[in-house]
Amino acid sequence: MDVAAATKLGAGIAVIALAGVGIGIGNIFSALVTSIARNPSARDQVFGLGILGFALTEAVALFALLIAFLILFT
Amino acid sequence: MAVAAPTGEPTIDALSQFKLAPVGFMGSAVNFTQANLLMVIGAGLVLALLYYGSRPRAVVPGRLQAAAELSYDFVYNMAVDQIGPEGKRFFPFVFTLFFFVLMGNLLGLVPFSFTYTSHIAVTAALALLVIVIVTVVALAEHGWTFFTYFFPSGAPVFLAPLIVPIEIISYLSRPVSLSIRLFANMVAGHVMFAVFATFVVMLGGHSLVGSIAAIGPVAINVVLIGFELLVAALQAYVFAILTCIYLHDAVHLH
Repeated sequence: MDVAAATKLGAGIAVIALAGVGIGIGNIFSALVTSIARNPSARDQVFGLGILGFALTEAVALFALLIAFLILFT
Repeated sequence: MAVAAPTGEPTIDALSQFKLAPVGFMGSAVNFTQANLLMVIGAGLVLALLYYGSRPRAVVPGRLQAAAELSYDFVYNMAVDQIGPEGKRFFPFVFTLFFFVLMGNLLGLVPFSFTYTSHIAVTAALALLVIVIVTVVALAEHGWTFFTYFFPSGAPVFLAPLIVPIEIISYLSRPVSLSIRLFANMVAGHVMFAVFATFVVMLGGHSLVGSIAAIGPVAINVVLIGFELLVAALQAYVFAILTCIYLHDAVHLH
């Protein structure tokens, strides 16, 4: 296979990991909405935890994205 | 960003924005690059905010004093909530770390400036500093009992060969994940800016239809700037709060 084509395919394959991250972030926010709906007074504490979980999960997406960028641009 | 290839078609050159270049008349002699310049500016801005913000000492704070007090309270509450009463000792460290990272992320969003947190050397140095301080604090607080940290109390003893290596690996991977998270966030954000900006140049170079279609990537870049402002603050917060969680583990051992 042509190397240029292979790098493009490789970058595409590298971002398949984003599917898992999408599920993870969806889970976090669904749990956040559920918990705030059940106990609105806990909003302040739970919201910070939710944002922390979002940032930690998003980092996984960025690891994959960074690998794709490195394949494409270096 | 978009450099015309010999064929005339612009190509995406997303990583050249992270290149270091010496600045100033002495720059190349002492390796003083734009990253160092931005670090000095960031530290100066934080110092200026705190100095001029805490000068008036008004009972009803003005805008600057309110900003200084809010930032102080925010990090103080974070440190004390996460670490416990001992958090007061570590508050200056967490405050410095939070604002150094925040300034790096935010100053990077100013056009023609540079994001020093987009270099793994900077973030890895910060993460190593955190992990060395955490380990030193834990050893100073607990002495040899610190090593019981790697075997949670209450776990069955026959699981020790499994649990202890996992705990040691997770402890040692902290600086890696801490540094790569921040660095990857910043690099990914700025590469995305460059990619969409290059789309504008590519589309605009074609015809009238292309020029109209180029509004799309411009709009996406405007939205991305807003998103990156959120990410800049969020990543500084995550860096600081993870430092607090690690310090909590060091002080309390689980």
